[in-house]
Amino acid sequence: MARIGVFICHCGENIGATVDCFSVAAEAAKLPGVVYSVDYKYMCSDPGQSKIKDAIHEHKLTGVVVSACSPRMHEPTFRKACAEAGLNPYRCEMANIREHCSWVHEKGEATTKKAFDLVRTLVEKVKNNHSLEPIKVPVNKTAIVIGGGVAGIQASLDIANGGHKVILVEREPSIGGHMSQLSETFPTLDCSQCILTPRMVEIAQHPNITLYTYSELESMDGFIGNFNVRIRRKAKSIDEKLCTGCGLCCTKCPTKKIPSEFEQGLANRTAIYVPFPQAVPNKPVIDRTNCRYFQTGKCKVCQKFCPTGAIRFEQEDEIIEVKAGAIVLATGFEVKDAGFFPEYGYGKYKDVITGLQFERLASASGPTQGEIRRPSDGKIPEKVVFIACAGSRDPAKGISYCSKICCMYTAKHAMLYKHKVHEGTPYVFYMDIRAAGKNYDEFTRRAIEEDGAKYIRGRVSNLYEKDRKLIVRGADTLLGGKPVEIEADMVVLATAAVSCKDSESLAQKLHVSYDSYHFFAEAHPKLKPVETNTAGIFLAGACQAPKDIPESVAAASGAAAKVIGLFSNNELTREPVVAKINQTPPPVFSTCMGCELCMQICPYQAIDKEEIKNRNGEVIKTIAKINPGLCQGCGTCVAFCKSKSIDLEGYSNKQIYAEVMAVIND
Amino acid sequence: MKKKLGFYPGCSLEGTAKEYSESVVSLSEQFDIELKQIPDWNCCGATAAHNLNKTLSLVLPSRILAQAQKNEMKEIVVPCAACYNRLSVTQYELLKNDQLKATVEQAIDMPLNTSIRILNVIQFIQEYILPEIPEKLSHTFDKKVACYYGCLLVRPHNILKFDRPESPQFMDEIMQMLGAETIDWPFKTECCGAGLSVSRTELVGKLSGKIVREALDRKAEAIIVACPMCHANLDMRRPAIDQYLEMKTEIPVLYITQAIGMACGLNERQTGTRRHLVKVIGNYFTKTRIPVENNENNPITVEEII
Amino acid sequence: MTNEFEPKIVAFVCNWCTYAGADLTGTSRIKYSPNVKIIRFPCTGRIDFMLLLKAFSNGADGVIVSGCHPNDCHYTSGNFHARRRWITFRVLLDFMGIDINRIVFAWVSAAEGAKWAEVVNSTVNKIKELGPYENYREIINEVWEEEKWEI
Repeated sequence: MARIGVFICHCGENIGATVDCFSVAAEAAKLPGVVYSVDYKYMCSDPGQSKIKDAIHEHKLTGVVVSACSPRMHEPTFRKACAEAGLNPYRCEMANIREHCSWVHEKGEATTKKAFDLVRTLVEKVKNNHSLEPIKVPVNKTAIVIGGGVAGIQASLDIANGGHKVILVEREPSIGGHMSQLSETFPTLDCSQCILTPRMVEIAQHPNITLYTYSELESMDGFIGNFNVRIRRKAKSIDEKLCTGCGLCCTKCPTKKIPSEFEQGLANRTAIYVPFPQAVPNKPVIDRTNCRYFQTGKCKVCQKFCPTGAIRFEQEDEIIEVKAGAIVLATGFEVKDAGFFPEYGYGKYKDVITGLQFERLASASGPTQGEIRRPSDGKIPEKVVFIACAGSRDPAKGISYCSKICCMYTAKHAMLYKHKVHEGTPYVFYMDIRAAGKNYDEFTRRAIEEDGAKYIRGRVSNLYEKDRKLIVRGADTLLGGKPVEIEADMVVLATAAVSCKDSESLAQKLHVSYDSYHFFAEAHPKLKPVETNTAGIFLAGACQAPKDIPESVAAASGAAAKVIGLFSNNELTREPVVAKINQTPPPVFSTCMGCELCMQICPYQAIDKEEIKNRNGEVIKTIAKINPGLCQGCGTCVAFCKSKSIDLEGYSNKQIYAEVMAVIND
Repeated sequence: MKKKLGFYPGCSLEGTAKEYSESVVSLSEQFDIELKQIPDWNCCGATAAHNLNKTLSLVLPSRILAQAQKNEMKEIVVPCAACYNRLSVTQYELLKNDQLKATVEQAIDMPLNTSIRILNVIQFIQEYILPEIPEKLSHTFDKKVACYYGCLLVRPHNILKFDRPESPQFMDEIMQMLGAETIDWPFKTECCGAGLSVSRTELVGKLSGKIVREALDRKAEAIIVACPMCHANLDMRRPAIDQYLEMKTEIPVLYITQAIGMACGLNERQTGTRRHLVKVIGNYFTKTRIPVENNENNPITVEEII
Repeated sequence: MTNEFEPKIVAFVCNWCTYAGADLTGTSRIKYSPNVKIIRFPCTGRIDFMLLLKAFSNGADGVIVSGCHPNDCHYTSGNFHARRRWITFRVLLDFMGIDINRIVFAWVSAAEGAKWAEVVNSTVNKIKELGPYENYREIINEVWEEEKWEI
């Protein structure tokens, strides 16, 4: 006979203000099988949990229903409390009367009644719960880090220094990411490359790190501790073992007019190329879509000149399969591309450039060796207009969020420009200056007060070219909307930071949630900022939301700490929410008829055949067998099974039928 | 068979922009389209109503739509950009708010269905005139022109959903089809001064003056418009413009319908160009086109043949 | 007004998308009608459509089934199976005389809190228009009376 305890939480005012918790508790006490029912201000607090523990002892409870917030929030808390009191944790369920009731309805009878209905539903479910034991699975102590920008580098080094193997996968021919493109970094103005390149070299030399550049994730299956990942190593068309990185091939390549991705189109590269001089690994790849040999079948100049004979035109993409226990996603961001800003003439006027292009202009290793020269005619610009929030915070453009980094880098750009062109005037059009961070506000103040950047609060309405000048028209809203017109030589757009183009498909491959802007979603915005909803997959850096360097690095170290924490176990316990084939006494053994339908639809290939043999070793029946280590508990097989021979622990047919029958009760 | 469309001229086309009305009507006749005026039409509220009384600003256009509906018009041509804007905004507001619709219906005492298609002059040209242009074109328009769209034709974009709000293209495309060269300029949707024409003429002189100067700087020989207000300011207010620019400007301002009319061989009485204050010499812009058989898409000018 | 028909609606939702989406509706404090009660499933693929019939026979006036958008399933393909099953099943339901307008199939992701409120409110309005599902319950009651079936 079930003995259920019901615990109604007020959650302070969150539930208590809209739901009459006292009457819900009183009504619940009258439900058949409920032996104890109580309401309390904060169930999740220590005294609240003690109330549950005491009741379990005192009333010999066989099941617990906590009516509080979402089980996605506190189910582990209350299950743990039950376990501490000696009740099997899987006999505890939560009724969600906060997110699904008190927060979404007005105060009133209907809301209280709904709360009670939800409690009753879960009481009926919990009557059918039974004790379950967590499943133990081994942990493969190798981590895969996807993305070799500053976040990926930091996460890889942290995990590797923790003594675990790391596989770093980078799509481009070199690691480094956006940070390697930057000139100097705010708020200290130290050289980006100077602080990043030593770390890149460290990656290449670390005994625990395997680096796969020019590679992409192909597919993933498995689960926490036991991921199987296939990586596509795109053909570099060179033999990396033979190549010494002398660079002769790059100087001899006849196809020289390809806009360099690294230089953001401000300079050209050859078809066989190393993205930038400090690249790691410092070995070239052949860009086949632009290579003369691959397009016309004639050339092979690089092969003729290569002193070690390392060129391999016949090389093909290779797919390697690796096993790992954890995955860190650090795929970063992109800046919004041309065509997005017709009003600012980006793509139409050569001297309208993005912030990232300005970084290259200001970089000592950039196409102008650090001199600020405008792209159209190489003239040193006397007036530069910086437009902040180009695309960001603009719902009409489909990007409502703040790109976060632009206020700071725009101030930095204004400073760098002023430092390099003393007689020049930087103008900044802005909406707000968001400089929250250590030494950030001081930095922007310095740009305004010491370096004389002219900040104009207002938006740019129109921009056009006239007599080799860019006429920028906007409003100064601090002067009551007075129209402003500036004849600039160059315009720099602080373009919105957006998610990578293929982040959606990557998220789908990894079963990670993502938001409407295709940034990866964290498991909890405050308490689980580096975890995803998929156990064992963590987030680092700007693939989650726009982040600056310190934040990316902090998130990467956070993710690395999570991975190392995970790897400190030899075995993991998993929720025992798995499917099971029923068993019946011989000679039937199971109602399963061996139709094998479940084997075909199982997304995890967790179902196998089992042969049942008699004493003489003759096969008398073949039935399905579910591997609890592989089963993830989706329950698709349960709904598919024709003979109703499969059931899902935690969401069994009995439990759900009981819920459906109880949810509506008049 | 003759196509029949509803037609809402509005106040401008009866007054200052009579030539616009004339050119629209004669162009339609040329292309075998009958434009039937909405009987008993009223003021659309223009720029005044929606600044003073929101309900009134919706009631006035609603009555026009209801009248059109009563006369079983499915599509109405609204050449005036302000009227087009008001009618479209009204339709949009009423579609999203049933309560508002009920209020308006009560006020006009007529049922209202919001499915009538409202065509501005460019949409009208694109759908009904352009397909037959290759046949009816007798001249090519071989001058450099600046297409000026103004503010009311393309904005607010989320309601009108017409062309690119920042840099519209449709008029340019039409002019190119006629053989004209269009300039790419940033003043396509610049403010002409609009209703300040009457109260602060000197300001209109400045605002419109900048537009005229930009067009001249980029070597345009005519400005093409599709809004009576734009035309009034650029044409009628030319003395104020000239005063601001401190020079005598002679660049004429043509309605897009007049430009097409010229290319189709309409005379200046039909196109109404004789009414302009800045003189338009009709035959200056066009050259006779001799269609070559089997090569209709390649108009050849007389000069080339000679 | 007090006697206005308040439909009883059961929502079968998956744990990873729609349940989380409904949580987001809560955290965003977007209000919706209290007529809908949610039952949590690991995945829409787990939803046995016989459960829908159970809900109707037990007095539901409408049912919402909602899970992750296609391609976003936490379990790769559960929602595809659910969708396919629904396509087949609705024909059968229709054939059996069950009003398929009373079943709403939706995709609501974990980021679509506002959409969940919209789905709920539009379903409640729709079912209010359709009225109580009396005729189905009458038939079921008759069968019970005759056959003395048990649930």
